[in-house]
Amino acid sequence: MATEAYNGGGWIATKLEWLINWGRKRSPWPLPYGTACCGIEMMCALAAGYDMARFGAERPSFSPRQADVLIQAGTITMKMAPVFKKIYDQMAEPKCVISMGACACSGGVFRTYSTLQGIDKLVPVDIYIPGCPPRPEALLQALLMFIKKTEKSHPIIHKKYSDLLVGT
Amino acid sequence: MDLKKRVEQCLGPESLVVAMTECQGDVSVEVPKRRLLEAMRLLRDTPDLGFDFLSDVFGVDNLDLNKPKKKPKKAEEGEGAEAEEPKEKGPLPPRFEVVYLLLCLERNERLQVKVRVSEDDMEVDSLTSMWKAATWPEREAFDMYGVRFKGHPNLKRLLMWDDFPAHPLRKDYPLEGQGEERHLIYED
Repeated sequence: MATEAYNGGGWIATKLEWLINWGRKRSPWPLPYGTACCGIEMMCALAAGYDMARFGAERPSFSPRQADVLIQAGTITMKMAPVFKKIYDQMAEPKCVISMGACACSGGVFRTYSTLQGIDKLVPVDIYIPGCPPRPEALLQALLMFIKKTEKSHPIIHKKYSDLLVGT
Repeated sequence: MDLKKRVEQCLGPESLVVAMTECQGDVSVEVPKRRLLEAMRLLRDTPDLGFDFLSDVFGVDNLDLNKPKKKPKKAEEGEGAEAEEPKEKGPLPPRFEVVYLLLCLERNERLQVKVRVSEDDMEVDSLTSMWKAATWPEREAFDMYGVRFKGHPNLKRLLMWDDFPAHPLRKDYPLEGQGEERHLIYED
């Protein structure tokens, strides 16, 4: 049936989703947004020693249009906030945000007038990494968590839409 | 001749010296606010001094220093403290200072020039006509303390955003802010 694909049980739809997820999870291109010392750890994770490219983050994308994962590594000040939001808005769906380090998660030690108290006040965050700064292994774990999350995602069958169809 | 005497010889006859101190070899001179440009020109153009390089401009807030002390230490200092008491009851010194750090590249000498700025009259002459290097530090002092520099070509905030309502480095401004919010507005 034609609606079978949208109801979520269909073989074609699920296999197509599997294929898309298979492609997505093997190429999570990061957009490195390093604004503080966490940025140094991120560079370390990207470079030869830890080599994030093993997990498909082969190409740090400095254009938000071609990025899948926004890695926010470091403090966001109130002055930087509109720039950060604009860059997030420019990313194409599906997108994911990794908030790396104490400053990005909660403002960290900078409980001041000029610091944004956590980037989740501005954009939705998928994965938080604690630490000040976190080690590169922590960033790799976050990337693996993103890959696991991708495996479970439904790029074609949107749940709300299928729920609507079941109701009719 | 040492630097302190030379500066005094240069500025003294014009009665441009309000106060002068030397601490660990660093000479600091306070000049009247109204005649700042005049004093700076003399310091730069007198061949004896030749302070041709402006390293920094910054503000100072002396809010807590100016507060009258609650308990004068009578027990420790005895009669000396009592003799000083009438001085404290005089008018408080102005709250703010603007400090200029000058450097003479030829002789590698440094000089600190101060002007005192009261809260009622926050206007100081800008040094941008003499040193282009003064533009950004003066903007920073305006941003953080609210000192207005007369004659500055582009006096807007340097570090905080334009709509920020306060001057955050003043001592009576709380560290965590007063709940200022940044409203994100995009132009299409």
